[in-house]
Amino acid sequence: MFLDILPTLLTVIILVSAFLYLIPGETLEAILGAKSGLLGILIAALIGSIALIPGFIAYPLARIFLDRGIPPTTVAVFITTLIMVGILTLPLEIKFFGKKAALMRNFLSFLGALIIGLLVGYFL
Amino acid sequence: MNYRRIIYDYIWLILFALFSLGSLFLGFAPGQKIYLNFYQFILEMASFLPLMFLLVGLFDVWIPKEKVEKHVGQGSGLLGSFWVILLATLQAGPLYGAFPVAYLLSKKGASVRNIFIYIGTFSCMKIPLMTFEIGFLGLKFSILRTLFTLPVFFIIGILMEKYLGKNYKVNPATLQ
Repeated sequence: MFLDILPTLLTVIILVSAFLYLIPGETLEAILGAKSGLLGILIAALIGSIALIPGFIAYPLARIFLDRGIPPTTVAVFITTLIMVGILTLPLEIKFFGKKAALMRNFLSFLGALIIGLLVGYFL
Repeated sequence: MNYRRIIYDYIWLILFALFSLGSLFLGFAPGQKIYLNFYQFILEMASFLPLMFLLVGLFDVWIPKEKVEKHVGQGSGLLGSFWVILLATLQAGPLYGAFPVAYLLSKKGASVRNIFIYIGTFSCMKIPLMTFEIGFLGLKFSILRTLFTLPVFFIIGILMEKYLGKNYKVNPATLQ
């Protein structure tokens, strides 16, 4: 099983490495900070869904976003979509779950992450 | 497995290796930076994947199907979901590390609902990661997020079971 998923896994890691270089933390901050309100939240959700940033980088980054005045709701939505939705890892997920289940899981998680993020932002 | 198959499977890795080597010799900084990112991810993967597959292997051999079916299978109710959540919170690593475990749970007869509750809670309620979250974003953020997350994953689990049917199985992800 390990050898079977290795090529897909390595390809995903290559994609993620390139992504992290092309869109560094400062760029993310500029994008998330540029638009406020609903549009800002939607942009955060989209970026969070595509990006695959490990937790040990994502949380310190989220702290910086909050400190620089990016609204808590935007940051919360970014974090929840980041950990629940994985567009870059879809090829791997499809291998295990099939196209139908993988797409549906990501779609439902996207909606779920949006709701959770909005609620957290509202109560924070 | 023939050579053509191997080249086909690893084409991106081969191209990436050429790109990285080229960047090194030509002093192309972006290429070197991307390679460094790649190297860090490989280290992260190497630190948890072997253990994960070892556990999956032991789990496969030691834990009988009847046990899994009885405790987290169809009709196991809330307690069954509690067990998969507990299993998920005690683990570490990125989401794709949960896929082999999901396959095994599925193979041993866990219900579709519980498999997706497991995947969901694995994605955002792992204790090692939660300590990190509390450290950087505060206890209030973490508690609020967890509180809203749990019902959402129950709903997603139920919807996925409805959508895929009770007989849905996760693939072993082997090459066809």
